[in-house]
Amino acid sequence: MLLSFEYKAKNELEKDGRSTAPLYGEKEIVCPNCHRTLKESEAESRLMTCICGHHFRIGARKRLGYMTDEGSFSELFGDIEASDPLSFPGYGEKLSKARDASGERESVIMGTAMIGGCPAAVFSMESLFMMGSMGTGTGEKITLLFEYARAHSLPVVGWTVSGGARMQEGLLSLMQMAKTSAAVKRHSDRGLLYITVLTDPTTGGVTASFAMEGDIILAEPGATVGFAGKRVIEETVRQKLPRGFQTSEFILEHGFADMVVSRIAEKETISSILALHGGKRNAGI
Amino acid sequence: MQAYERVKTARLSSRPTALDYIHSLFSGFIEFHGDRRHGDDKAIVGGIAWLSSIPVTVIGIEKGHTASERMERSFGAPEPEGYRKALRLMKQAEKFSRPVITIVDTSGAYCGVGAEKRGQGEAIARNLMEMSTLDVPIITILIGEGGSGGALALALSDRLWMLENAVYSVISPEGCASILWRDGSKAAEAAEALCLTASDAYSAGVADRIISEENLGSKEFYAALKADLRDEIEVLIGKEDLTELRYQRFRSFGRRENDL
Repeated sequence: MLLSFEYKAKNELEKDGRSTAPLYGEKEIVCPNCHRTLKESEAESRLMTCICGHHFRIGARKRLGYMTDEGSFSELFGDIEASDPLSFPGYGEKLSKARDASGERESVIMGTAMIGGCPAAVFSMESLFMMGSMGTGTGEKITLLFEYARAHSLPVVGWTVSGGARMQEGLLSLMQMAKTSAAVKRHSDRGLLYITVLTDPTTGGVTASFAMEGDIILAEPGATVGFAGKRVIEETVRQKLPRGFQTSEFILEHGFADMVVSRIAEKETISSILALHGGKRNAGI
Repeated sequence: MQAYERVKTARLSSRPTALDYIHSLFSGFIEFHGDRRHGDDKAIVGGIAWLSSIPVTVIGIEKGHTASERMERSFGAPEPEGYRKALRLMKQAEKFSRPVITIVDTSGAYCGVGAEKRGQGEAIARNLMEMSTLDVPIITILIGEGGSGGALALALSDRLWMLENAVYSVISPEGCASILWRDGSKAAEAAEALCLTASDAYSAGVADRIISEENLGSKEFYAALKADLRDEIEVLIGKEDLTELRYQRFRSFGRRENDL
């Protein structure tokens, strides 16, 4: 069964959905796909998805709240901050804006948690921190998490959101693709499980490293998933791109994801997979 | 020289390409084709050859010299099957205990509908994972452009040597300028800011050696490079903890003091 829906939003920016604050009563959100107006509590009860199937973008902590057992998340490596190794023009300001907008110190948060009673090391990327781009802090945290999970024989479950490698940190950002991949491989060689959940958007250097290296790859409906940017491809091939190009459904069709899962069924799917890999017996925390 | 001048120099079609290096540094090169899954990408050439008396696997990204060669080679922008061919040859090298030498020169992995359909991201990611534990020495020579993930997919190696005018960058200066300042003409400024020259890469510890271009393409140039390659391969063959050293090499980039 495929939870597909017709995607109508014209561009990336529209996917967030507009929120409206009426003079009285509850805050409302307009779905960018079907243009329905949803009460915030109604959207919340559906884990920020619309009745039409549209998945709103959500923050990294909110996501971990939805996907892990209540009170089980214990943060790791939270003191690692983004740095500016090249003193890149304007990057300092961008970082302080990103910190203010997201409340985070880097584009990924992580720790240990239980998912349906199964222990796991988890990471969740934050779109409000420079669109989840991978700087040296991000790569370092991902690497530390895989090293931690390897040392404690834990599976890793990670939710990816990323515009790719962060250009303001130059070549060292690119090297994070190599570093994280090497850490994933070492974890994998211990016979440990890694599940990735691709969420909107997962692109560039993150797609070309740890996002695509899961033993099992899940994807949220309608998420943009790809390597090269759409505009770059259009300029290269000089033609309109096919409908539904670089979506979760597209990569499923072409064999690069195991399944497209609605956010509502996601936690149960993940905990079932963890259980089938010895989840509850494997209490390493 | 300004950074952007180096970028332009690195892109010159008159520079020696991967095949020029392959034919000059090695003898008895036998080219192999195909990824055994989809097809054969002409942007990547690979096979086996002799480095003096050592059998090696050599893989290069080939741009071509003439207009028709460059068209045929897709201007050195590999498709997923190119990266998969490279991985197949590297695994074969591991089986037969042959050192691997990769010659990198690309503006980046190919951006196209077919490349996305056939999993460009997955192909690069797989190479990174597998190269990190490949149990034979890997040396990469970056001879021109080192364009982002498309270059890195053949460069997770024990040693990275860069030509004096080669560049290695997370994004092209034009792309960077157009995203950051919505002005592609500010590429020169972006090139400076990105710190993409061979000496920048050397300072960052990413490149281990800078190769002088004084006699670029001459007999003496290749003879000296060949001797250096042979010496380095011999050093690496002797290392028992090769993959651990490779892990630590990449582990150190952007490391924070936060040991477990």
